[in-house]
Amino acid sequence: MSIRAGNGISRRNVLRSGAGVMAAGTLSAPMVHAQGTGGTLRCGFWDHWVPVGNDILRRLCAEWGQANRVEVQIDFITSVGNQNLLTIAAQAQSRSGHDLLSFPTWEPASKAELLEPVDDVMGRLIAKYGAVTPAAEYLGKIGGKWVAIPAVSGTQMKPACVRFDLLQQHAGIDIRAMWPNRNERGPGAETWTWDTFLMAAEKCHAAGFPFGIPMGSFSDAVDLVGAVFAGYGASVMDARGNITVRGNAKLRTAIEYMVRLGRFLPNDVWAWDDASNNRALISGRSALIFNPPSAWAVAKRDQPAVAAQCWTVPCPAGPEGRFTPYLPYFWGIWGFSRNKNSAKALLEHLSERPQAEAQTTTSSGYDIPPFMSMNDFAIWATEGPPVGTVFNYPIKAHHQSQTSVAFAPAPAEFAVQAYTQALNTKVVARIAQGGETIDQALTWLEREMNTIKRGG
Amino acid sequence: MADGTIAAPRAPDFAGQRANSLQRFSRRRSTIAFLMTLPLLAVVVGLIAYPAAYGIYLSLLNRRMTEFAGLLNYEILFDSDTFWNVAWQSCIFAITAVLAKALIGFWLAHMLHDIPAKGQRKWRGMLLIPWVIPPALSTLGWWWMFDPTYSSINYVLSIFAIPAVSWLGEPNWARTAVIIVNVWYGAPFFMIMYLAALKSVPEQLYEAAAIDGASSWQRLRFVTLPMMANIISITVLFSLIVTFANYDIVRVLTNGGPRDLTHVFASYAFQVGILSGNIPRGAAVSLFMLPLLAICAFFVLRGVTRRNKEQM
Repeated sequence: MSIRAGNGISRRNVLRSGAGVMAAGTLSAPMVHAQGTGGTLRCGFWDHWVPVGNDILRRLCAEWGQANRVEVQIDFITSVGNQNLLTIAAQAQSRSGHDLLSFPTWEPASKAELLEPVDDVMGRLIAKYGAVTPAAEYLGKIGGKWVAIPAVSGTQMKPACVRFDLLQQHAGIDIRAMWPNRNERGPGAETWTWDTFLMAAEKCHAAGFPFGIPMGSFSDAVDLVGAVFAGYGASVMDARGNITVRGNAKLRTAIEYMVRLGRFLPNDVWAWDDASNNRALISGRSALIFNPPSAWAVAKRDQPAVAAQCWTVPCPAGPEGRFTPYLPYFWGIWGFSRNKNSAKALLEHLSERPQAEAQTTTSSGYDIPPFMSMNDFAIWATEGPPVGTVFNYPIKAHHQSQTSVAFAPAPAEFAVQAYTQALNTKVVARIAQGGETIDQALTWLEREMNTIKRGG
Repeated sequence: MADGTIAAPRAPDFAGQRANSLQRFSRRRSTIAFLMTLPLLAVVVGLIAYPAAYGIYLSLLNRRMTEFAGLLNYEILFDSDTFWNVAWQSCIFAITAVLAKALIGFWLAHMLHDIPAKGQRKWRGMLLIPWVIPPALSTLGWWWMFDPTYSSINYVLSIFAIPAVSWLGEPNWARTAVIIVNVWYGAPFFMIMYLAALKSVPEQLYEAAAIDGASSWQRLRFVTLPMMANIISITVLFSLIVTFANYDIVRVLTNGGPRDLTHVFASYAFQVGILSGNIPRGAAVSLFMLPLLAICAFFVLRGVTRRNKEQM
């Protein structure tokens, strides 16, 4: 006997009707074409310098979310004031936050234990698009496991952005002939070495257009000095964590080179930040800087006459090869994420060639994909004026160049500390600015490396 | 009334019920006082004690924060030349800046005190502006003035044929620049505190001193300064703590450069802890401020207590 309520509806009927509604709802759910049925994915992407760089990610994620019925929530986190680093540190401590984040250069190694391995995604991408640039592998593959996916959005290189008119006029180097906007080397490209560079730096300095190379503690300075060191085969720590400062003839040669180069730079480069070199180029005071095309892009807007004289070329070569500073971002998935499969699927989607090209094109060629096979996007050939100015921004086969990360091949947990403390620029500054002998500076460097190494 | 006394008159027992021990406990004045301070205690524990304890705990871990490392991070820091440079620079920075702020604030307070009340308000408002602007923003303005290549100060100097100064590139100038900005920002705080203290000095004391034939220096030395001593001490201590822990000025202006020669504890701790991913060692760097400031606080507060007793 069922118990009837005062209004004549029995409890059993209510339960039966409720169960029917629930069942109907559940069975019909897959047919509902709305977002949210596949869960919610919370993403924290890097807030791009190029404003439209965020729009393309928003659009790509929305398209993927709609197709897969996943609600994708995106926050763009700025790197201004190291807000992204603070966010990563806070989420790592609290084990909560976004499902996936953009991790700057060293962070995947630093947070490796907290990140979901992505060997499956990287395996499929590598099978499809070929090898990843070695520097990205050094930073993203920790202990034999990919802990994050090298990102397209935000990843940059820092080749030379040259005022070709000034270099021709004052140093007699026709840089556009050397590195034309074609997949081939021009005449004299083999002479584009650090020795030639030094000679050109001296002549341009004498003419009042010194090269704008920062020597402070910001990343542009550390990256360039790292590329010079790599070109001379100089390192301060090997891949097993042994300090290699003492009796290192290559390191000594590289430091001596940088000290000589320092004489032909503006006398305030020791205080320059990452924007100072851009300003030096844009204002027309400098004949060369090492930077992504952002400096040229600002010049195109603010100083079109300067931009029209700019040409991006590979870094000069050293005795041990040609190295281009590389500063990648990674997309990593927290181990505590509840939506790892969706996160992996989204990141794989964003890394596919069409989506990668969309990101690079929207950022006017700023974003560099991690796969060497993708270094042929049309945007680099068509951007201008002058047309082809950033053709040589990504590494091409004929450059015979490699990506470089300062302090590689040291284990990432030590390299990151040396990098953020800018030990390579400081050792040069101690000699060139502080008046120390090279032996004193090297002794200091060895002590600092020991301090970093202690404590694991 | 001493603790343990009954706060309210004893309520009559109803229907023969006698107040149990819990009711008696809740009626004690000390209990009520404790309950009323609970919100404050919660704030102190949650926002001061817990973070401090957690900071100490962090500083005792290894870099990956997976193992207890004892005092290893402190040992490593004590062996580091850079750390001792930072300690030395922090002391120089804090002491120089606080002294300059105190002197300038004292002078400004006297100047303002002598202005008739009618015109005083607008001057007080204008002089407070540096203290009101967020320091990260105003430091950016200073940075533009000190900019290595486009310094507006150098432009003015060039008008008078004075050679350009590498404000942020040369170590001593860079230290001076950091101190200048800190003094510019902090002096108004001293000014307003000293002005308040000056206004509270009874006019009769000056009249009595004038009758005794005291010079202006003697009035300052034997009337004004003793009457302001406690305010001066407390302000100096407060400013010393804030200046010692300063972060934004160094971060925006020099980033610790050139060659780490303008780093202070906070900026170096951020570099080591957050940027280098070594949070335990960064915590150890920042905790090093604690004993130094505790010693300062002990002596300053002891002086204040002693003077208070003398005045009672």
